Amino acid sequence: MTTSSTTPKPLVLVVDDYQDAREMYAEYLEFSGFRVAEAKNGQEALDKAFELRPDIILMDLSLPIIDGWEATRRLKNDDRTRTIPVVALTGHAMTGQSDEAKGAGCDSFVTKPCLPDALVDEVRRILATRGGSRPG
Amino acid sequence: MPSPVPLPTPPLTTAESRLALAEQLLACDAARPCAEAVVEWLAHHAGAGACACLVREEHGEQLRCLASRGLSEAQCAALALVPEGDGHPLVEVLALAAPRYFPGPRPPLPVLGTGGWFAVPLGRPGVPPVGLLLLSTSGAALPKEVAWVAARVGPVLARLVPAESREVAGRGLLRRIIDAVADPVLLTDQAGRPRIANTRAEALLVAGPDASEGRRRAVELNQHVFARALASASSADGPARSTGFRRREVPLVDPAEGMDLLFELLSTQVVEPDGQVAVVSVLRNVTDLGRATQALGESYRRLRATEREARSERHRLDRVLDSVADPIILSDPSGGTVMMNDPAEKLFALPLDGSQAARSRVHSNDATFSSFLANLMDGGGSLRWRGQLSLVDPATGATLPMEAVASKVLGDNGELTGIVTLFHDRTEALEKARLLERVKDVSSQLEARVQVATAELAEQNEKLRRQAIQLEQASAAKSQFLANMSHEFRTPLNAILGYTNMLLQGVSGELTPSQKRNLTRIDSNGRHLLEVINEILDITRIEAGRMPLHLSDFAIPELLQEVMAELDPIIARSKLAVSTELGARLPAVHSDRQKVKQVVLNLLSNALKFTHEGSVTVRAEYVPATSTLTIAVTDTGIGIDPAHQEKIFEDFQQVDSSPTRAYGGTGLGLSICRRLATMLGGRVTLQSAPGQGSTFTLHFPRRARRA
Repeated sequence: MTTSSTTPKPLVLVVDDYQDAREMYAEYLEFSGFRVAEAKNGQEALDKAFELRPDIILMDLSLPIIDGWEATRRLKNDDRTRTIPVVALTGHAMTGQSDEAKGAGCDSFVTKPCLPDALVDEVRRILATRGGSRPG
Repeated sequence: MPSPVPLPTPPLTTAESRLALAEQLLACDAARPCAEAVVEWLAHHAGAGACACLVREEHGEQLRCLASRGLSEAQCAALALVPEGDGHPLVEVLALAAPRYFPGPRPPLPVLGTGGWFAVPLGRPGVPPVGLLLLSTSGAALPKEVAWVAARVGPVLARLVPAESREVAGRGLLRRIIDAVADPVLLTDQAGRPRIANTRAEALLVAGPDASEGRRRAVELNQHVFARALASASSADGPARSTGFRRREVPLVDPAEGMDLLFELLSTQVVEPDGQVAVVSVLRNVTDLGRATQALGESYRRLRATEREARSERHRLDRVLDSVADPIILSDPSGGTVMMNDPAEKLFALPLDGSQAARSRVHSNDATFSSFLANLMDGGGSLRWRGQLSLVDPATGATLPMEAVASKVLGDNGELTGIVTLFHDRTEALEKARLLERVKDVSSQLEARVQVATAELAEQNEKLRRQAIQLEQASAAKSQFLANMSHEFRTPLNAILGYTNMLLQGVSGELTPSQKRNLTRIDSNGRHLLEVINEILDITRIEAGRMPLHLSDFAIPELLQEVMAELDPIIARSKLAVSTELGARLPAVHSDRQKVKQVVLNLLSNALKFTHEGSVTVRAEYVPATSTLTIAVTDTGIGIDPAHQEKIFEDFQQVDSSPTRAYGGTGLGLSICRRLATMLGGRVTLQSAPGQGSTFTLHFPRRARRA
């Protein structure tokens, strides 16, 4: 686990209504050298995203109030958040969900159960492809 | 036939020679031998140079020379001629009835030397002479012997000549009689040339010089046929030819009318006075007889044939009647039974040893039949009568419902000659009708039942239809439930596996070996649970029809490369030699790439799991004959007993299903493979034996068809 001391730690917004999972991923991301913000539903996710402008968003799709697809669609339709990559997380392994997620604007798709280290690997991979283009 | 008497010898005295002549004359029964004897005797005893004995013919003054000596035939014949008018010396002698001497030549007396002729009338004085003796003498004195002979022979000739005259007259009569015979009669030589023929025979066999050409030809033909018949008659009879008549049929032609005639020829041979053999033939006209015989024969033959035919007809009729199972009775016009066939006898004939009951039943049948017949005869002009009779079986007493059909048999003149009655047992027919009625009843009942059943069935169908819908809904609900369940399983499992993973990575600090071992067990059991959940989810999706086919064109080699790459970590960990072999000319495939890959992945990971050492080979081939691809995974693992080979494809089955089984896995992998293969239109097969490794093969068509 190496972190660069010269660059600020990337901020990851973890959105999941299931507390155990949300906190688990948050703890491991922090353990892995990320800053972490948490939201427990879609509305909260939108608020936090507009407010904090995270570097990447981990979005569970089954969410109360506003679900993950709708939240992702709104983020991608807003200039403030359009460029923030969204990694969709889902426990629904039924086919078609990944297509639907991509249609909503998700940049990546991870099926639960997903081990924390595998998720961190995916976050790093996405950030690496986006690294240079990210403003500020 | 008279034969010449031996001549008296010269030494005889006059008396003896007279006596000999007298005896000779007594023995004569004809005039000529008598005359010859006299001429001979005169030549010997009276010194006559030439002499002749002439007799008067009965009619006319004609002389006939019976015998002569020293005279030629012509001289004799000349003596017999009587010229017209007087002047014939012999006629004068006869008229005077006294001997006379002619000294000089006096025609027609022959001139002999210088002597004269004595003419001596024959017969006693006072009786008209029957003839005269003519002698040439040298002197005019009448020898005593001559006078004696004339007196002796006169009466004898007078007795014999008239008989001969009658005979001559008789010949004419005979001729007339023969001519009067209707049958042809003729005397022929042996070659059949006619000598004497009566009128009828002449009509057939003789053609005069003025006959027509047609008649001549017909006669010629007849002569030919007749001669041949005669010849065959004489030759055929051989030794018997001299005895009796011979009969032959001779077909002749009537020369006048040209009709064919048939004659019966009777012929016999006779010897004529001149010693020649002649044939007397009588032809009897049997033309009509022949025709009659022929006609009679024909009639007889026809009669016999008719009789034969009638007899065989009768036999045939008998056989026919007896072969008819229905009773038949032939009655005479008065109703009496003439004949009946066997079945009829059973009903109407009194049984020989029958019981009293049987007899009374037969009587009852008779009475019934009689009244039926009476009805027919009262029925006027109708030729046929039909009726229902209730008869009784004499043997059993059972009632026999009979239909009787009686027909009148009419003679040639329309008179009634008999009645034929044919019975037909209607028991069976009535029984059939009764059965038919019953069948109809039962049938209508059945129909009613069928209607009820049909209604019930319709109701059941409706129920089933609803149930099917409910089942479908239930199935969908079940699938949804399982999908949800899997989601609900995964969420906590995600946390379990995640935290375990974090702890094992030392996120919460270093772990003791015991803690690490225990966490590792949590981790592996959690992973197994996850695998089970995933596979249940797959099966659920397949059964719920939520795993559609995604058909595309792809190549097998690339697919195998991907599979090997995905399993590379496991292969690397194992000590197995894993290889792929590609058959020649593997074509591009049109199928569901994801499902093919899933099956191959599953088979290969199974092989890796159950093989400890040796090798695993993946071999892809194309079978052009069936347009099928095969991907076979062969390992050198533990192998599978044939008894278990079918079982392992069932859900949750492994060969070792005990809780402490040695191998991991859910037991759903092969079950899923089989389902996926079926979706592809293919199948998964297994060849294996314990300790000999296993080969699992996926067979699937090169071009999958959308279900």
